[in-house]
Amino acid sequence: MPDAGETAILTEGLRKSYGQVLALDGVDLAIAHGTVFGLLGPNGAGKTTCVRILTTLLEPDGGRAEVVGLDVVRDAAVLRTRIGLAGQYAAVDENLTGVENLEMIGRLYHLTRVGARARARELLELFELTEAGERIAKTYSGGMRRRLDLAGALVARPPVLFLDEPTTGLDPRSRQGMWRLIDDLVEEGTTVLLTTQYLEEADQLADQIAVIDQGRVIAEGTSDELKDSYGRERVEVVLGETADRAVALRALAAMSSGAPECEGRTVRVPIRPRPGILAEAVRRLDEAGVELEDLELHRPTLDDVFLSLTGHAAEEREEEEQASGASAG
Amino acid sequence: MAAVPAIPSGQEPLVATTFAEKLRLGISDALVITRRSLLRVPRQPELLLGFTIQPVMFVLLFRYVFGGAIQTPGTSYVDFLLPGILVQSIAFGSTVTGVGIAADMQQGLIDRFRSLPMARSAVLAGRTIADIATNWLQLAVMIAVGYVVGFRFSTSVPDVSAGLALLTLVGFAFSWLSALIAMGLSSVEAAQQASFIWLFPLTFVSSAFAPPETMPEPLRTFASDINPFSLWVDSLRHLFVGTPIGDEVWQGLIWAVGIIVVFGPLAVWRYRKVSTR
Repeated sequence: MPDAGETAILTEGLRKSYGQVLALDGVDLAIAHGTVFGLLGPNGAGKTTCVRILTTLLEPDGGRAEVVGLDVVRDAAVLRTRIGLAGQYAAVDENLTGVENLEMIGRLYHLTRVGARARARELLELFELTEAGERIAKTYSGGMRRRLDLAGALVARPPVLFLDEPTTGLDPRSRQGMWRLIDDLVEEGTTVLLTTQYLEEADQLADQIAVIDQGRVIAEGTSDELKDSYGRERVEVVLGETADRAVALRALAAMSSGAPECEGRTVRVPIRPRPGILAEAVRRLDEAGVELEDLELHRPTLDDVFLSLTGHAAEEREEEEQASGASAG
Repeated sequence: MAAVPAIPSGQEPLVATTFAEKLRLGISDALVITRRSLLRVPRQPELLLGFTIQPVMFVLLFRYVFGGAIQTPGTSYVDFLLPGILVQSIAFGSTVTGVGIAADMQQGLIDRFRSLPMARSAVLAGRTIADIATNWLQLAVMIAVGYVVGFRFSTSVPDVSAGLALLTLVGFAFSWLSALIAMGLSSVEAAQQASFIWLFPLTFVSSAFAPPETMPEPLRTFASDINPFSLWVDSLRHLFVGTPIGDEVWQGLIWAVGIIVVFGPLAVWRYRKVSTR
């Protein structure tokens, strides 16, 4: 665990329940300065609760949390000058223009009137909203609102930024743009904690990932570490039209490390990674006289990690919950 | 993207440490919120329209449909009616506060405000102060309509001013109440409906539209001795058209101040814990 000087965010045994529902069940995190930390989990896993506690919106029932060395309960007032929060509900005042929105936030950070206005202009330019700055935010697109929201979170140039599902509901282009922005911020030394349901997003952005499910961190590490420990590397074979699947499976059985999956003419055989494994697969299939159309080594995805950790796929569950109208936690 | 520019030194976010500083920054925060709430008024004209049409309809309805059937000894019905409808509309009008707070909650703005180093009371104070202005707009429309249908002030300028001040205070009190209720609800629609449920009976079972003496027990006792609305309506009638009364004005004042003193801190306390989801 990094010492206090290097740690931007630290939680120990963080607990929170809403009535009977246990939202956080002892969460320990240590997040180094200047890194992106991804909190990955399905809806209702406790991601948002965690962010709400760290941003002083919610008091924990047990455990403790520090952000830049400040206790989230005891030092809440000072801490609020050091953090920025942008969430899945772009928190912009729809009846104000872009400039007015940012000026208001600047004034609430107690910048001077002139200072707040100058800051608003700077940030609008940075987020390519200068032209839209005089327009009422009601007329903004979803992506523009997110950008304005993120600009609002950066008014005080906080050393720690919390992004709660920053790209949920954005189209792919806006999502890419948001990712670039986050990259740039981290390059400048900002520590970012982001929550996401998108494995791809965590993979792209996060230095460290904690997989959270039912209020508990069930795995933690870099994307690659997680894939190596929990993912399943496999050989994916697409058989030729005349090939016999049973023969192919028999030929590959000796090298497989688990039960193979079949789907049409595609056969997936889990393996333990080692050099020359593809050549071996080709040789075995060749010797058995199996006609091949395609063959590739499949690196594990975070999807696999998630599946093997929780027994369910992350995004499938998300869709289910959205369909049943469940709310985030 | 270029680097996020640093904040010039001497311009860093401020946290109040002394009481005087807390007060100064708190007032500044509240004024920032007041300004943002006022900016929305001309940009959301439908909001004000919604809160003006109903009372104007009531004025016309009671003046011309029911008015002829209601006996009000000593005063014309329109002079009797207008102070009553003004009190009722200012109470209903104050639900804009709750609707605004509910909308802020729904849009995540309350979360943003609560994550800022601003005074905890400022969001509610700023909003309720701004809503005094919307209440005044509503009052101006109502009094104008009143004049068209035959209402006339028949007292001195200081009396009328005192009446308007009392109305303002009552509106301010109901704004705090409405804010508190809205924070317990989850949607704008709920906030809109919530106040109607109890304000409707409360304002009608009062001296606003008909003399309580004409009502059956126990409504009569409630309307004439218990309901604070009757105190405000009677005070206003006295201050606007000179109907004789006892010490209703003082009692009405105490009720209004009492509501603010009790529900203001309660609302701020609720705000500190309010959770959007």
